[in-house]
Amino acid sequence: MFLDKKKKKQRKIKNRIPFIGLTFVTGFLFLVIFGNWVAPYDYEYWDMASMMMPPAWEEGGSISHVLGTDALGRDVFSRLIHGSRFSLLIAVACIACYGTIGVIMGLLSGFMGGITDMVIMRLCDLWMSMPAIILVSLMGPSALTVIVVVGIAGWPGYARIVRGECLSIKQNDFIRLARVAGCSNLRIMFSHVFPNIANTLIVLVTLNIGQMIILTATLSFLGLGTQPPSPDWGLMMNEGRRYINSAWWLVVFPGVAILMAVLGFNIVGDWLREIFDPKQKLR
Amino acid sequence: MTEHIKKDIILQVQGLKTHFFTKRGVVKAVDGIDFSMGKGEIVGLVGESGSGKSITSLSIMRLVPKPAGEIVDGKILFYNENLLEKSAEEMRQIRGNRISMILQDPMVSLNQILRVEYQIGEVFRFHKKTNGSLREKCINVLRKVKVPSPELRMRDYPFQFSGGMCQRVVIGMGIANSPKLLIADEPTTALDVTIQSQILQLMKRVQQETGTAILMITHDLATVAQICSRVMVMYAGRIVEKAPVHTFYKIPAHPYSCGLIKSVPVLGKKIDRLFSIEGQPPSLLNPPEGCRFVSRCNQAKEICHREYPPEITLDENTNHRVSCWLHT
Repeated sequence: MFLDKKKKKQRKIKNRIPFIGLTFVTGFLFLVIFGNWVAPYDYEYWDMASMMMPPAWEEGGSISHVLGTDALGRDVFSRLIHGSRFSLLIAVACIACYGTIGVIMGLLSGFMGGITDMVIMRLCDLWMSMPAIILVSLMGPSALTVIVVVGIAGWPGYARIVRGECLSIKQNDFIRLARVAGCSNLRIMFSHVFPNIANTLIVLVTLNIGQMIILTATLSFLGLGTQPPSPDWGLMMNEGRRYINSAWWLVVFPGVAILMAVLGFNIVGDWLREIFDPKQKLR
Repeated sequence: MTEHIKKDIILQVQGLKTHFFTKRGVVKAVDGIDFSMGKGEIVGLVGESGSGKSITSLSIMRLVPKPAGEIVDGKILFYNENLLEKSAEEMRQIRGNRISMILQDPMVSLNQILRVEYQIGEVFRFHKKTNGSLREKCINVLRKVKVPSPELRMRDYPFQFSGGMCQRVVIGMGIANSPKLLIADEPTTALDVTIQSQILQLMKRVQQETGTAILMITHDLATVAQICSRVMVMYAGRIVEKAPVHTFYKIPAHPYSCGLIKSVPVLGKKIDRLFSIEGQPPSLLNPPEGCRFVSRCNQAKEICHREYPPEITLDENTNHRVSCWLHT
């Protein structure tokens, strides 16, 4: 295929975008795993002597606190690193929770059809119109509440996607052949249909981690999620909000951290989708 | 020629009606068919697209697509037990064990992302009939259908197999538990001609080895001539003629059968234009009152428009039967 120079260049840039995402995501995961060794201070370590220090490159900053300190003299850099673990943990726990429910519901709904399908889909509609955030405030704010509530509330989205995939896969002859072999419905659902939707799920989960990080950060920011002194990014932004005029770094750095993590997961998700979808690859 | 009557009958279909309930009305895909099959016999069921061949086979397996399709009437006696009265669980015991099936397109009848070993294993996992490890059984199956180096190939995925090899695997799955009846729904349609004949040879050999009766569904008369001993012609949801293969090619009785045979091109014979039967098969939504072939038949009589012809036995010895007013 003939490509002129401009197109080649465009393609080159396009091909590089996933690497940005991958860099962000691997960096993020690295901090999640090795954060304890990388962070210079503990996230609860506070030092009244060095309160509200600006980042190292600003006037009055010090190399010992690269991204400055907050009102209690806690190191922002260390707290961000420790915060990565909180964000990912909550996001993954939520997704694992509602992903499992959603996949099971979606498979049942798509595969069984008929009344089962109708009941589950109406349940989805009902569930989606429930204000989950209010539930959080009812249960009392904590990290666990976020996981439980978001984890229970999010399944309809997965159920619908899985149902759609399932509907198209069950038309295949290999499902009929599995039936001919004497497989039961459950067996066909989980050993024959499920592997076929795994690629969709991988993409979905990757994109979802980004959304979940934002959602949990939002909840913490509103004071409905994790409680102080956890180094949650949303919580850090909330605490820094009061000093936004004098200490911008308290809000900006957690914000940038959220942005990079979410952007990373979104790019990687898109990239995975392209890989798994041969039709898009041709473009 | 009379041997099939003496053989014990394993499958008897009586007055089977499978209808599809759609928004536009009831589609009578299979509308009252009777036939029987003897032990270890290969019977061809021929007919054009939409004549109800596949639905017949799915009805026997009790796998008619729900909720649109439904078996509304009739009996399917398999070893004198009516399959239509079986519970879902009992049917599972029978499927893949005593009755098995091969589907048309081998490339889509295997799950592309599961190993061949795993998929063959499914037949054994539920029906625990023979001893030995799953692995050995799979190797045996692949060896039976002549897949080269089965120990290695069973670890492969279906997309690493060619179409012919895939169909071998599917046939292997079909005969793994040595079923009494194997329904082959156009097993060679998606394959090219050389592979077709290999697969047919394979099926014939398997039939001789295991004594499995095969119901061969096809629209290819050459296939029928190659391996079947008896043939049934289906038209618009009904069986119009049943005959032993030789009789069928020599003296077809139904005008539709005559047309079918005439429309097969003969190698080396020079003709300007290939024979074809004029017109289209009738809509199964509102099939005509009388004979279904009447609108395309050039010998139609007045009675043909009014009443569906009864089944007439032309030759008791060869069991040659036809549903046509011309033979009354």
